[in-house]
Amino acid sequence: MLLQVIFSGILVGFVYSLVAVGLTLIWGVMDVINFAHGDFLTISMYTVFWLYTLLKLDPLVSLPVATGLVFLLSFLTYKLIIKRVINAPGLTALLATFGLSLFIRNLAQYLWTPNYRFIPTSLVADKKLELAGVIIGMPQLVAAVGSIIMTVAVFYFLKYTKTGRAIQATSLDRDTAKLMGVNTEKIYALTFGISGACVGVAGALLATFFPIYPESGALYSLLAFVIVALGGFGNIAGALYGGVLIGLSEALGGYFLGTQFKYAVVFLIYLLVLQFKPKGLFGW
Amino acid sequence: MLKVKNLSAGYDNVPVIFDVSFEINEGEMVSIIGSNGAGKTTILRAVSGLIKPFAGEIEFLGKRIDMLPPHEIVKLGIAHVPEGRHVFGKMTVRDNLLIGAYTLKNDDEVKKTLEEVYEIFPRLKERENQKAETLSGGEQQMLAIARGLMSKPKLLMVDEMSLGLMPIFVDKVLEILKEISRRGMTILLVEQKVQEALEVADRGYVLQTGRIVAEGSGKELLESELVKKAYMGM
Repeated sequence: MLLQVIFSGILVGFVYSLVAVGLTLIWGVMDVINFAHGDFLTISMYTVFWLYTLLKLDPLVSLPVATGLVFLLSFLTYKLIIKRVINAPGLTALLATFGLSLFIRNLAQYLWTPNYRFIPTSLVADKKLELAGVIIGMPQLVAAVGSIIMTVAVFYFLKYTKTGRAIQATSLDRDTAKLMGVNTEKIYALTFGISGACVGVAGALLATFFPIYPESGALYSLLAFVIVALGGFGNIAGALYGGVLIGLSEALGGYFLGTQFKYAVVFLIYLLVLQFKPKGLFGW
Repeated sequence: MLKVKNLSAGYDNVPVIFDVSFEINEGEMVSIIGSNGAGKTTILRAVSGLIKPFAGEIEFLGKRIDMLPPHEIVKLGIAHVPEGRHVFGKMTVRDNLLIGAYTLKNDDEVKKTLEEVYEIFPRLKERENQKAETLSGGEQQMLAIARGLMSKPKLLMVDEMSLGLMPIFVDKVLEILKEISRRGMTILLVEQKVQEALEVADRGYVLQTGRIVAEGSGKELLESELVKKAYMGM
């Protein structure tokens, strides 16, 4: 049983990691905290849901569509909103994303009601894998594997491509990146887009086993903040480890103390880390 | 090649340089000297587009560039090696150089330029997989210059390369700049180390509190009363 708990904790942790990678990327590159991050996840889930309901498309088939759509929405969010406030003082950009978050949530309620929606049948639904007494649900396994693939893809993109290097350079030293011929405006918009693609993938994968409602992204966004703080702001590898750590502690906390306490454990860890390692466990 | 006419620029509406005019011809090595706070860096930042001038014109190869964003200016062939080196510390030496070649479209060209730059700076090749922050100050300065060369510029502007370097490294870097100049590069050197900068330069300008107060060949300036009095304590 314990092994079972550990496994499911790790699996969901990888999805948390992916959501956190998107968040930490924006912070690392342009020092903006995106409060609407979770709401982009909600949009991805609804996209998958409606493609399923209206066109009978499997969530895994519509994953690229949802990812592309959220990429585009994120890209436009930068161009239309963030760009105007990024050089404004203090908390302006943060408040702008907060406003956007409220807007998306309420628009979703207005358009699609606050009801919980489900995708009852899909390629992965109701399938299970049994390994040495541990039962792993196919939706969770696919979500974890998909999240790992996307996280690794983002990591390699940043590390080994020309555009990725330009993103790194912009995040390290904006003015010097400009002197290298990098159009930092374009890099910012692209970074927002990639961050959106991360939650786009995560949302589509989660939609196969989580209820879809206007606030579904809120929890992930909250956990992503915790993970980003644990992993060190702007640190992609840190977000990966942090996500697994939080997934594990949530599962183990729920197992030992009762499910009602699982988030208490998560946030207790968060408070302790902030107290003793304020730069995060993997902070630079 | 570069013509700056009546340039005024500064920060937050406070001008730092006033009515600055100077010229650099192809193949020349020109030094702008002046003490700390005279506005040397401001001139370079205006040329490379990091700040917009308040007034005046900047012309490069016959084209107005003072309204262009920095990345367009790099593409036209101006490389700016910033004061304080500003290497990307968390990236490897090699990645620093590759980002320097960001404006080059062709991968083969990037490879070839990298080979050429490694030939000038063999030290950097030895350390290509090290993070830039682990290099010594002198090596970081060489990396910053090498990174500037990676964009295959027509004009290389080097800001205060002597800052925080041991004299022996200053000489070494100057030696390398002379070599690059011999190979045909046009160089604008901005320096507090007046003697060294004027010795290597074909021509020079003296900047005092934001205005150009003297110009001439490097030798003329070194022998001028103004320079002797103000900068050499003679």
